[in-house]
Amino acid sequence: MTQPTIRVQEAPFDLAAECAALTKGRSDTGGLASFVGICRADDNLSAMVLEHYPGMTERAITRIAEEACARWPLTGCTVIHRYGRLTPGDPIVLVLTASAHRAAALESCAFLIDWLKTRAPFWKREEFAEGGERWVEAKAEDDAAAARWSAQGGAA
Amino acid sequence: MRVLYFAWVRQKVGIAEEEVSPPAEVGDVAGLMAWLGTRSPGHAAAFADARQIRAAVNQEFASPDQPVRPGDEVAFFPPVTGG
Repeated sequence: MTQPTIRVQEAPFDLAAECAALTKGRSDTGGLASFVGICRADDNLSAMVLEHYPGMTERAITRIAEEACARWPLTGCTVIHRYGRLTPGDPIVLVLTASAHRAAALESCAFLIDWLKTRAPFWKREEFAEGGERWVEAKAEDDAAAARWSAQGGAA
Repeated sequence: MRVLYFAWVRQKVGIAEEEVSPPAEVGDVAGLMAWLGTRSPGHAAAFADARQIRAAVNQEFASPDQPVRPGDEVAFFPPVTGG
């Protein structure tokens, strides 16, 4: 089974470099799916501060990624999640999945981002241009998006 | 027992972590939350509505009836909002 690459970091990531690292030296990959989560400027947001639980974060993401690698025939998997202060337009999270065929890459990429939203211990605090701040609240639709992967059973 | 707080739970309690020795009758996550809520006005505010709070024991998500023991690392936080 493919061993996923997991990183939790404050620094930005380089999408092209990560894609190249995942496919370098292999001839069995036929498709690579990527998801990049980006800080969006809702309600005149000036910055978003991501807090996480060091230790548990890495464990939780590793478990979700290993689940994806067990469920789909992946030839590569990378998950990078940032923390700290981000401004609108900044990338927050990267999910890369590679496989021989597109369906496994696309499905596992969607699975990973759905589960990251509900099982990785991150919390977002929004800061606004006119002052004030608020913690982002968890959304029921995120729970529903993650739950559909359980309901589907062995969708791979 | 090491207790950690994150996000608005941390802000309300006023500290990020503390070492506590709850009485022997505190045996699970729900009991620990009730006991922690008596420690200061900040703790009381943080734990006022237990339904808003999630927990982890030794870095694994835990339900209210999960046992807690001396030496455990227990964390309290709002529902997660990563991704």
